[in-house]
Amino acid sequence: MKHMTRKATRHVSQNEGLIFEKSSVGKAAWKLPPLDVPEVDANQLLGDSVRKDLGNMPEVSEIEIIRHFTRLSTWNYAIDLGMYPLGSCTMKYNPRVNEAVARLDGLANGHPYQPEKISQGALRILKTLSECLIEITGMDAITLQPAAGAHGELTGLLMVRAHHHSKGHPRKKILIPDSAHGTNPATAATVGYAVENLRSNSQGMVDTTALAAQMNEDVAALMLTNPNTLGVFEQEIHKIADIMHAKGGLLYMDGANMNALVGKVRPGDFGVDLMHLNLHKTFSTPHGGGGPGSGPVAVKQFLEPFLPKPVVITKPDGTLGFEYNRPQSVGRVRAFYGNFGMFVRALAYIFANGPDGLRQTTEDAVLNANYIRKGLDGAYDLPYATPSMHEVVFSDKLQAKQGVRTMDIAKRLIDYGFHPYTTAFPLIVPGALMIEPTESESKEEMDLFIEAMRSIADEVNEDPQLVLEAPHSTRVSRLDEVTAARKPILRWKPQ
Amino acid sequence: MRYLPKSPADREAILKSIGARSIDDLFAPIPTEYRLNRDLQIPRQMAESEIVDWFRERSRENGDAYTSFLGAGAYFHYRPVIIDALVSRGEFLTAYTPYQAEISQGTLQSIFEFQTMISELTGMEVANASMYDGSTAATEAVMMAVRLTGRHSVVIARSLHPEYQEVLSTYARHQGLALTTVGFADNGRIDLKELQQAITPQTACVLIQSPNFFGTIEDHATIAEIAHKNGAMLVVSIAEVVSLGIVEPPRQADIVAMEAQSFGVPLGFGGPYCGVIATREQYVRQMPGRLVGQTTDRNGKRGFVLTLATREQHIRREKATSNICTNQALVALMVNIFMTVYGKVGLRELAKQNLAKTTYASKEFSRHAKVLFPGAPRFNEFVIQTSADPYAINNRLLEHKIIGGLPLKKFYPELGNAALWCCTEMTSRSAIDVAVRTAGEARASSRVPEADVEEVVR
Repeated sequence: MKHMTRKATRHVSQNEGLIFEKSSVGKAAWKLPPLDVPEVDANQLLGDSVRKDLGNMPEVSEIEIIRHFTRLSTWNYAIDLGMYPLGSCTMKYNPRVNEAVARLDGLANGHPYQPEKISQGALRILKTLSECLIEITGMDAITLQPAAGAHGELTGLLMVRAHHHSKGHPRKKILIPDSAHGTNPATAATVGYAVENLRSNSQGMVDTTALAAQMNEDVAALMLTNPNTLGVFEQEIHKIADIMHAKGGLLYMDGANMNALVGKVRPGDFGVDLMHLNLHKTFSTPHGGGGPGSGPVAVKQFLEPFLPKPVVITKPDGTLGFEYNRPQSVGRVRAFYGNFGMFVRALAYIFANGPDGLRQTTEDAVLNANYIRKGLDGAYDLPYATPSMHEVVFSDKLQAKQGVRTMDIAKRLIDYGFHPYTTAFPLIVPGALMIEPTESESKEEMDLFIEAMRSIADEVNEDPQLVLEAPHSTRVSRLDEVTAARKPILRWKPQ
Repeated sequence: MRYLPKSPADREAILKSIGARSIDDLFAPIPTEYRLNRDLQIPRQMAESEIVDWFRERSRENGDAYTSFLGAGAYFHYRPVIIDALVSRGEFLTAYTPYQAEISQGTLQSIFEFQTMISELTGMEVANASMYDGSTAATEAVMMAVRLTGRHSVVIARSLHPEYQEVLSTYARHQGLALTTVGFADNGRIDLKELQQAITPQTACVLIQSPNFFGTIEDHATIAEIAHKNGAMLVVSIAEVVSLGIVEPPRQADIVAMEAQSFGVPLGFGGPYCGVIATREQYVRQMPGRLVGQTTDRNGKRGFVLTLATREQHIRREKATSNICTNQALVALMVNIFMTVYGKVGLRELAKQNLAKTTYASKEFSRHAKVLFPGAPRFNEFVIQTSADPYAINNRLLEHKIIGGLPLKKFYPELGNAALWCCTEMTSRSAIDVAVRTAGEARASSRVPEADVEEVVR
């Protein structure tokens, strides 16, 4: 490494094989209590349905399991280790009190079908979180049922469809800006809508002239991310809403970037009809290596009858309960009531912040993105000069001259002790570097990041090969993804 | 605010360096008329101790310290303590989806092991990295069968979890799928005659659950034969995965859609849980969700990557196999650790204990009530029919801090005063005895006034 980094030092990490390679007959990590009822003969009870063999399931002891997963864990990067500037993913601190309260016995062991009179605690959590999120979004009603953001999009579009259907015509297509997340078009297709692309203007925002031209009675809704994936606030948002509403269309907001708005502005106040939130982004529930998420959908009053069922209600005696008699509901999108454990965590986060904390959080998130933008000015190309909110998008235009692309720079960042930013997205920026620091980064951590990025920019000019072959410090070097896809090996098999 | 790592001086320094006078400058792009000029009306900022107190109170109001006989798609099994010890490690808890393979090998290798064990247990060739839950996994499995066969009608068993049926019908409505439901026979299994009549040349798949919603184990081989003879696929939903320790898996199925909650995932009032789809290798390119594959790095060293991403929404957009992005990774890790702890022998012994408790309970109940669906094997659930209203029985049981079985009136009115009971290794003989005795007393006493019958099932 030409430029030593102040952020990270290499250290030894343990090697570890697959768990199956440690297995041998007779080892065990379990012990069951003695049976207090008579033993049974499974062969006799189950007949032909009895299982004879469990194949290659492992047999290992407890200490081996602890070491196995602890060693694996040390091969991961994590927010707990340092800045995780993945744009659009909002990798913020995941408070530990969230984990503690989610594990309280009555909440962790509550059965979804236990009687309502002994479920008042869970119901109160559902209701309190709903009220907080309705206030934060400026909407009128909400469902917590969707299990993730894309699931929320699906639920939202089902409601869009139900609304138009109730007016006599479900309509045919959804408008989606070219800067949108891939889940938007995939969701529209799942709900049976055609997707029509909407081009951005030179500032990276919705081209309202194009929108007005494309908008007609066949368009059910516009799915808009605001701030959009360039981190830019759609300044003509109300004009956009007016164009949609004038022809009976709805404005759906993808709330992936809500971390830029909480406590400062409410989508319900700028013309949005419905939107989803990602509790695992804005509201600090952990990403856990890819999930679980939670994607509540907040709506304006006229869409309330279409919410998935059940909904939480206050009964005449003042207790809470579930209401199933919802004739206009789009139905269920998931068994039970959603990812309840994530509701507990998100609510704990809202309590820890309060109104002042949430506002400060948003301000710090925007402040941080602008600090990074300033810090990398000149070292990387900034394709859109429009002001940044919570994230900033650069391109690899300057580095591409040396044959170095965004993914190479990202991989080199690993050697400097950082997780890469989001690469090659949004699609409207060729070779994008999408950086979202979140509010969780101190000035010191961001200074180290800026220093690392500038150092890499120098390396690209002095020794591009060094960057092209990065990372140099990890357990494995760049992996052969082509072979992995051509000849998939998706499970272990004994030799 | 204690989560924010900047001092007022830091903020000032940053504002100065970016050339802004105040933080308001940075929010200038938001038109003034929409800016919120007041505090959000939400609870005030709380100390950690206050937060813990508030949730403790909610926990106490939530059936803490009750013994439960509820199953029906959510099962109470023992969770080895090492599960939470390991998933609480920040490197697992606070990592993102493992797109950057070089610094995500821990997550990737553990998913590869998860895929392997799920394949072993289901008798399938490949499994994905997880889906949201059992209901959406079953739904996505059906959509996968529709893509694979190019057919657009689906036959589902009425003994499939009623909420799974609801989720499927929500999705099916806008995919142009026609759903036909097939009832159950006196032994609780799918009615084979009705099934044969329901399948047409347009049938993409038959979707059953096994053990089904009543706990009855289906005859997979016969159902598969009927489906395959008609060019349809067999999709089997498994909601109680502990059954796989002792029940032969549906090896004849084309797709298995599971809810793996029983493997070390807290009940948590219904989520987060862990859906999974497993299938045959030849169908993998139509599978939804993330997949981890083994490969090598530039030095020939073994490593793991997310693979076959061309099926997914971030590449294919509206042509993707599913819109799923975020899945249930951390919950899948719980499942993975649970499967590793119990392993080849423990899972079998665990399943046997479930079988023994349930056999004892159903025998005891049969002294006062009718145990429905005789003549077919069942795992850890059974349906009893009583002369008294099951809601009334359950109200009496609550006085003993016992939550009785799930009344089935809402889902299966034709079964009358029926309730679905579940026993696991956690159910004690004494709790079973109290429940049986109380149910017997309810039968002996006169009918409970209507006002006392609370709507227990939802």
